[in-house]
Amino acid sequence: MTERLFLSGNEAIVYGAIDAGCRFYAGYPITPSSEIMHLMAKELPRVGGVFIQAEDELAAINMIIGASWAGLKSMTATSGPGFSLMQEGIGYAVMTETPLVIVDVMRAGPATGQATKSAQGDLMQARWGRHGDQYLVVIAPMTPQEAYDLIIEAFNIAEAYRVPVVFLMDEFIGHGREIVVRRGADKLVVRRKPSDHEPPFGSKDPRIPPPMPRLGEGHYVLVTGSTHNEWGYRDVHGFETHYKLVTRLKEKIWDNIDKIFKYKVYGDPDARRIIVCFGSTCRPAIDAAERVGGTKVLRLITLWPLNYDKLAEELSGAGKVVVPELNLGQLVYDVAQVYPRSKIRVINKVGGGIPIYPSEIIKVLEA
Amino acid sequence: MAEHFGLKYLRKEVLPTAFCPGCYNGILMNALFQAFMELGIEDLKRFVFVSGIGCSSWIPSPFIKADSLHTLHGRAIPVATGVKLANPELNVIVIGGDGDLASIGGNHLLHAARRNMDLLVIMINNQVYGMTRGQAAPTTPHGMITPTTPYGNPERPMDVASIIAGTNANYVARWCISQYIPLKNSIKDALSRYSRGFRFIEVYAPCVTYVVRREGKTPGEKLKELMKKCIRIETWKNMSREEREKHVATGVFKAEDKPGFIETYNKYIAQALGEK
Repeated sequence: MTERLFLSGNEAIVYGAIDAGCRFYAGYPITPSSEIMHLMAKELPRVGGVFIQAEDELAAINMIIGASWAGLKSMTATSGPGFSLMQEGIGYAVMTETPLVIVDVMRAGPATGQATKSAQGDLMQARWGRHGDQYLVVIAPMTPQEAYDLIIEAFNIAEAYRVPVVFLMDEFIGHGREIVVRRGADKLVVRRKPSDHEPPFGSKDPRIPPPMPRLGEGHYVLVTGSTHNEWGYRDVHGFETHYKLVTRLKEKIWDNIDKIFKYKVYGDPDARRIIVCFGSTCRPAIDAAERVGGTKVLRLITLWPLNYDKLAEELSGAGKVVVPELNLGQLVYDVAQVYPRSKIRVINKVGGGIPIYPSEIIKVLEA
Repeated sequence: MAEHFGLKYLRKEVLPTAFCPGCYNGILMNALFQAFMELGIEDLKRFVFVSGIGCSSWIPSPFIKADSLHTLHGRAIPVATGVKLANPELNVIVIGGDGDLASIGGNHLLHAARRNMDLLVIMINNQVYGMTRGQAAPTTPHGMITPTTPYGNPERPMDVASIIAGTNANYVARWCISQYIPLKNSIKDALSRYSRGFRFIEVYAPCVTYVVRREGKTPGEKLKELMKKCIRIETWKNMSREEREKHVATGVFKAEDKPGFIETYNKYIAQALGEK
């Protein structure tokens, strides 16, 4: 089943999610992500899925948590202000190891900001928006085709590691319309159910996420956002239980970084001039690199967990490093961890829905 | 001696409960379990309990032997909504307090009731935030002294059952914890005669530690007082404003059996897909 469709990134997400097996969507209208909700409302019932319009984003995130525990692959989509409201629910999903996909179609913030204008200001929030020690996965597509392909990947990661995955997409991609090949999923991760003797919240090897019971099947599962032992019983006093739990939740992501972390190199792989980017700034970067030559583009697909060793390896021997971002500088902090900040050239632009043009990148590359 | 009928619905390994001595949560648990028993429910495999944060949210988690989701403060109803929509075969019950369901989760309560979502919600109105030391809640009586209203509560309380009765909810009742038999029968009704749509039971049960003890009373003395204070809504309606404020109106506020959200949703989808 391969179809060639003319889709926006927002629409591509819907078909990708459905092909990934998503059967539950709860959301609240917000620009510039609403098309995802509109198309979900139309398409999900056709494949036997459930769509519901929530009363707010707090409800939306919590509804998909409930649906996920009842056994359905679930997602929501929003933008900055709604993403802020969803943070407590995402934290709960991390703590309870609930597979979810949350799409954030980024607009210019803070607060209401500019609702229709593209930005990349939510990178740090996607990683660190919740209180406490918590780790999840953040993925960023570059094109509508990737919105389709990578949302399938997002569901697979969510299911495989029992973790919420944030799908961070620039408005440019959400509303950009291109040919998208609906090629179906190569593989789909199937949720593993526990036997009677397997705890739902613990595993001997922290790299192996515990199996997930489904509600109503006699597991008598205790799900709680409070500190709990491997069987779900609360322990809100002990050091050992808390330490064990939060370190395992980190390790199940971080110790699998080789499997989760993805990036791609464009341009001249041996060049000493390097552009580091994610999302919508990558195509202008690739264009610039092709035009001037002698430039490598290091494009991050996974934004969290970030493999700093790989980043260092790719930047070793670099001469000039350029980091273009549609914000006031967030990805640059990652690059600065492995490369001297004084040698990094930044291009920051935010507001008005103006992209970073290849010519601007070329100017910095050649300066 | 035969084992208490409630024990088969409990996780014995976590008993005794964490509640204060004399806490009325125990009476509610007894009523709930008696309702289950009288309905012939042998185990709670096909039940899912969802609760938020607060003392009463601890009733299902970890004490009731069933699947339970102990969610964030105020978010039990949307989580329960997600569970029910994803698997309508499950019986989904929300148990929570007034602060959890009517204050921080007030919007969710209102909208689940508006949708006539197929859930049973039992709200224990203990008049304060018991778990965090008895601060004023939206249900705290006017003038009551609490840590956050040291000079008396300047605000007036919310009549949650009446508000929910004003929505599309199918079933709404309020009982005092002293009215054990009607409370138990009401829970039974909400699981049998009225088994679809949104069903809301408010249980008026002042916190024994932060309301009753502050009044210098024992839980037993307070129960006796409640027996006089809690009157049927029909009687309450004919009272003067001053008299009403001294009493609690109890009874069934509303009992209908309209199709719940699940049925309505499925009907629309079937119609739309049939027309294709």
